[in-house]
Amino acid sequence: MNETQDDTLEQFIEVAAKALELPIDPTWVPTIKANLQVTLRFGKEVAEFPLSDEAEPAFVFEA
Amino acid sequence: MRAWATASEIAQAVQSGAASAVSVTEAALARIAEHDGVLNSFTAVTRDRALAKAKAIDTAKTRGEALGPLAGVPFAVKNLFDVAGLTTLAGSKINRDHAPAKTDATLITRMEAAGAVLVGALNMGEYAYDFTGENVHDGPSRNPHDTERMTGGSSGGSGGSVAGGLVPISLGSDTNGSIRVPSSLCGLFGLKPTYGRLSRARTFPFVASLDHLGPLARSTRDLALAYDAMQGHDADDPVCAKRPVEPALAALERGTSGLRVAVAGGYFKRGASPEALAAVERIAKALDATRVVEFPEAARARAAAYVITATEGASLHLDRLRSRAGDFDPAVRDRLIAGAMTPASLVVKAHKFRRWYRDEVAKLFDSVDAILAPATPCTAPKLGQQTLMLDGVEMPLRPNVGIYTQPISFIGLPVVAVPVPLKPLPIGVQIIAAPWREDLALRIAHALETEKVAAAPRPQQWGAD
Repeated sequence: MNETQDDTLEQFIEVAAKALELPIDPTWVPTIKANLQVTLRFGKEVAEFPLSDEAEPAFVFEA
Repeated sequence: MRAWATASEIAQAVQSGAASAVSVTEAALARIAEHDGVLNSFTAVTRDRALAKAKAIDTAKTRGEALGPLAGVPFAVKNLFDVAGLTTLAGSKINRDHAPAKTDATLITRMEAAGAVLVGALNMGEYAYDFTGENVHDGPSRNPHDTERMTGGSSGGSGGSVAGGLVPISLGSDTNGSIRVPSSLCGLFGLKPTYGRLSRARTFPFVASLDHLGPLARSTRDLALAYDAMQGHDADDPVCAKRPVEPALAALERGTSGLRVAVAGGYFKRGASPEALAAVERIAKALDATRVVEFPEAARARAAAYVITATEGASLHLDRLRSRAGDFDPAVRDRLIAGAMTPASLVVKAHKFRRWYRDEVAKLFDSVDAILAPATPCTAPKLGQQTLMLDGVEMPLRPNVGIYTQPISFIGLPVVAVPVPLKPLPIGVQIIAAPWREDLALRIAHALETEKVAAAPRPQQWGAD
């Protein structure tokens, strides 16, 4: 999903809000979309980093 | 007792009988009453409790009992700490409907066991999802160096109250930079300990895998005093490490001889303002730190911290987003809703990347003891400011003040933020150490303070004794 697919992202927000039972006022959508674009861009950047299938997540993190 | 006395000076005066705990407490309460109308750092003042505690300390002194290392020292806590009898707001409107807390947070209990006197709860950004110190419900915390500027957040009141001389020590929380950012913008020393070092029991969470607690103060000795008082395992916090107390105060004056200090390059130099770069250069010069090291994939680490924060935060607040979305700060609400809609597959990738990044960064500490980096990209922005310039590009301010703090807390490294008293506004530098080596970061910070390279400047209009 890239940042130019404005309509797609707006449709995604609408559907995801229904699926998650989140009441969304239409006036909130532009800001939600802007935030989601950033989170997805950062998520893509992370996901592109090559790690082995065996790489363990650090959910319960130990320093 | 001077209003601007440090915690160390107050404790010595109370221990020696030169000042009573009650007189110190009354002076702090009077100063809060006089100045907090402008600074807006407190959301509750625990006057009766504070005076009762102070009286108990003075009674103990009269009986000849030994007093604790923080005897009579006033302190205050970010309002996400449980304070018995107060509702734990966490900066929100929604939590005002909660019942008052029955029991203090562990760190308050430990501070008071060392003789400190709790005087109140402090303003903060809503649910700690904030770098500004602004709050739509309680109004913004104001920076004592310029009350039209931000304190930084989310521990905004923790920064403003100490920088304004209302209390010598405050406690804050730091998920992505919320102790280090206000320390930088308010010109304070701040300690974000290693993840798991200090108990988070009975504090309102934000991002469980990133949340830390720690002190802010105007001197490194005060940081070490508070830090030592708060250490130790706590079964009430599942991630609190089972490590022995490792006191930092005793080693504070050992100096920097033999310590290997490097400067973070690459990512940590991009986007920084001339002031941020000048501050790092000044600290590096004082420490004779000429080596430059690169945090591998620091930008990606920041990105991963961002994703984990958005999604874990959204998970925490999902029910409230469903039932009371209109009662959130809109800026926080819309970020959380976006987090709720972020695919879990990306979140798991971020957690996997975190393990890789931690292991790679650990290698840096094979050959250095501490690494310097800016704490914030700029000095305190104006209240209400929406954007800042990074590398000549105008960017949204709210998420970007923490660009230099996020890649560090992402893997739980201990950091002391030290203030460089630039004119007209101070700015902080991070001293980053290996896990569990808070003592080294504090030693280096203390040496810089002794040489007057780092100092918590007294704001002109709030500086009277």
